[in-house]
Amino acid sequence: MRRLAVLLLLGFMTLPTVVVIAVSFNPTAILSFPPAGLSLRWYVNVLTYPQFQRAAWNSRLVTAGAVALALPIGTAAALALERGRLRGRALWATLLLSPLVVPGVAAGLGFLIAGASLGLLRSRVVLIAAHVALVLPFVVRSVWVSVANLDPALERAASSLGATPWRVFRRVTLPLLRPGLSAALLFAVIVSLNEFVVSLFISTRLTEILPVAMFTYVVNYTDPTMAALSTLFIAVTFVVVLLSDRLLGLSRILNIGDGR
Amino acid sequence: MLAIRLSAATVSAILPAHARQPRASRVVRRLLAPALVVIAAFTAALFALLRYSVLEFVPGSLQPGGFTLANFTGILSRQYLGAVWDTLVLSAATTVLTLVASYPVAYTLARTRSARVRSAILVLTLAPFFTGAIVRTYAWVLVLGNTVVTWPVRLLFTPQGVLVGLVHFSMPTMILLLAAAISHIDPVYERAAASLGAGPRRVFRRVTLPLSMPGIVSGSVIVFAWTLSAFATPELLGGGKVKMIANVVRDLALDSFNWPGGAAFAVLALAVTFALFAGVGRLTAPAERGPR
Repeated sequence: MRRLAVLLLLGFMTLPTVVVIAVSFNPTAILSFPPAGLSLRWYVNVLTYPQFQRAAWNSRLVTAGAVALALPIGTAAALALERGRLRGRALWATLLLSPLVVPGVAAGLGFLIAGASLGLLRSRVVLIAAHVALVLPFVVRSVWVSVANLDPALERAASSLGATPWRVFRRVTLPLLRPGLSAALLFAVIVSLNEFVVSLFISTRLTEILPVAMFTYVVNYTDPTMAALSTLFIAVTFVVVLLSDRLLGLSRILNIGDGR
Repeated sequence: MLAIRLSAATVSAILPAHARQPRASRVVRRLLAPALVVIAAFTAALFALLRYSVLEFVPGSLQPGGFTLANFTGILSRQYLGAVWDTLVLSAATTVLTLVASYPVAYTLARTRSARVRSAILVLTLAPFFTGAIVRTYAWVLVLGNTVVTWPVRLLFTPQGVLVGLVHFSMPTMILLLAAAISHIDPVYERAAASLGAGPRRVFRRVTLPLSMPGIVSGSVIVFAWTLSAFATPELLGGGKVKMIANVVRDLALDSFNWPGGAAFAVLALAVTFALFAGVGRLTAPAERGPR
C-alpha cells in the first residue's frame, strides 16, 4: 500500500521530465504526445537561435565570476566562524545565511533600485554581485561542515615541524577541506546557473542569462525548442547529481539515513 | 596517558603565535571582512527597496517624489487585495498538499534498508531540485496544456493548475526536511510500541508522527514562506489570469515602471517571510534541545 503510494508520488515528480524529453524529439511544431516520429530539428534550433547563444555566453560569464568570488570569500568566512572564538557566532552565521530566505522579487527589485541610484542601471557588475550574495550561503554552509570535521592537531603538527602558516594552509588545511569545497562548488554552480527571479529584474536583452532568455521564449513562443533546451539542462544536472552522489555521498551531505 | 598529555603540552608550547588567541581575533576579522562586504551590499539593496516603498511614484519618471504611505494603502485596493488573498489561499493549500504527498516518500527514504532504493529516491528527489524553476515550470505547461492527455477540465491558466505546479515545486524541499527529521527518530520507540500490542497504524499515529513534528513544522513553514513569494510558477502556469504577490511586483516594477508601488509589495513579502522564519527558529529550537 505504502509502496504503491510512494511509486505513484515518485511518478508524479518525474512525469514533467519524461514529457519534456519526449516532446523535444517531436518532429512537428504542434505539440503531441506520444510523438509522431523522431527528430532533432528543435536541438538544431536551440544551438542556432542567437538569443540563446548570447544568453549561454552571459550565463558562463556570470556563473564563473560569481563562483570565483564566492568560493574564497565563503571559505574564509567558514574558517572564521568555526575557528575564531567569535562572540555571538549564531548571529554572524544567521547574517551570512540570510540571503537564502529573502524573496527573489524583493532582492531583485532592491538590486535594480540600488544599482540605478549608483548609476549602474542593469549593469553586469550588479548582476554578478547579486549572484555572489545568493550563492554565498551555500558555500559557507558546505565548507563549514568540513572545517568542523578538521582536526586542528594536524595543522599544529605541521607548524610544529616548521611549516609557515601559509604553507600549513596550502598543504594541510586546504587538502583536508576538499570534500566541503567540492560540495560548495557544486551548489554554487547549480544555484547560479538556475537563478532566475533576481536576474530577471537586473538584466537586459544584452546581459540576460539562460533562465531569463528561456522564460522570455516560453512567454512568446510555443514550439518544442524550449523542450530541447530543457532536455539539455536536465541531462547536465542529472549527470552532475549522479556524479556527486558517487563521489561525495549525497545522503551524508544532506544528513539523511544511516548517519546516526 | 601521561605520555599523551605530555606531548599535547609540548605541542601547545611550541604552537606558533598566530594560532593562539590574542592575534587570532585580527586574523578572524580579516577572514570575515569580504563576506561582510557582500552581505552589506545585499542589505544596501534591501534598504533601497525599503526607502522606495515610502516614496511617492511620479508617473513617467524613475525618480520618486516625497514621503508617502500611499504605496502601502494601495495594497488594500480591491484589485491588489485579491492577489494577496489568492497568494495566502494558494500557499496554505500548497503547504498541506505538499506535506501529505511528501511524508510517505520521506519515510521510505529515511527508513529503507536498501542503499539502492535510498539512492534512487534521492536522485529522483534531487534532480528536479537542481533543474531550476523555468525548466520545471515549462514542463508543467506541457503536461497541463493537453499535450499528454486531454484533461476533462481546463487546468492551464487556472488556480488549480498553479497549485499542481507549486506542490511539485515544493516536494523536494519538504521530502529532504522530513527525511532528516524521521531518520533521527530511534526505531526502538516504534518497536517498543509494537511489542506492547499497538497495530502499525496506531504506532504511526501515536509514536512516529508526534516524534517527526519538528520536521513537519519547519518543513511546512519553509514551504509556506517560499510559496508566498513564488514567481515563475504562477507567472507561467497562471498565464496572467492567476496573480500572486510576486507577479504584482513584476507588473508594477517592470511593466508600469512604478518602482515605489512594486517596492511596497516586495516589502510586504519580505516582512511576512522574515516573521515566519523567525517563528520557525523559536518553534524548533526547544524541540532540538529536548531530552534525547
